[in-house]
Amino acid sequence: MELLVRFFALYRERAGTNQLPLELPEGATVAHLTDEVRRRIPHLAPPEVNIVVAVNAEYAQAEAVLQPGDDVCLIPPVSGG
Amino acid sequence: MIELTYEPLDPEKTTALVRKDTNGAVVTFLGTTRDNFEGRRVVLLEYEAFEEMAVKKLEEIRQELQERFQIEDIAIAHRIGVVPIGEISLVVAVASPHRKAAFEACQQAVDILKETVPIWKKEVYEGGSRWVACEDHEFGEHQHSSAGVATVREGD
Repeated sequence: MELLVRFFALYRERAGTNQLPLELPEGATVAHLTDEVRRRIPHLAPPEVNIVVAVNAEYAQAEAVLQPGDDVCLIPPVSGG
Repeated sequence: MIELTYEPLDPEKTTALVRKDTNGAVVTFLGTTRDNFEGRRVVLLEYEAFEEMAVKKLEEIRQELQERFQIEDIAIAHRIGVVPIGEISLVVAVASPHRKAAFEACQQAVDILKETVPIWKKEVYEGGSRWVACEDHEFGEHQHSSAGVATVREGD
């Protein structure tokens, strides 16, 4: 399935784009997705950092299974206020 | 009442939203943009949001605190985009029949906001910039938890 991953703030700047289409197998999880993003953009985040993902505007666990059409966003450490 | 806006915030307006004759206490918190970080002069701040999710998370905070403190009147307004130094980036107004709930709910609202709402602050210096909570120690002091809740440095 093809998914469009969106980036914000630091990740957007590091990726050099605000979105990236990814091809993932059916049944792929959030962890598969972040692995693939790291493979494509190794400098996105240090290896020891867990990349937080929002699926359809809600924080998602690493083992959550992705569906075609999901809105997937990578969330760098937040700093509102 | 939740507001995410590129326009300057008006704390009087946000506070007015929670004023009621049944409330005996109103607490309004203002977050303002600071001109320095570790000795460096900050010239402006720029806020970015995942707007759809930020509004949803702010609304969740409002509902959670309404339930926890058994109060009704909470309003949160966050400014995004470029915010010059010394201006207001956040207004949290809480009203309750008695002061304790208003003080506590207001503080908790700010604390939860800083941990969970997808808004990012960039400090711009002369000749550089920094995404707060991201680039100071390469996420080191604020590892994301497996629950997917982003955490932030203190003092912002």
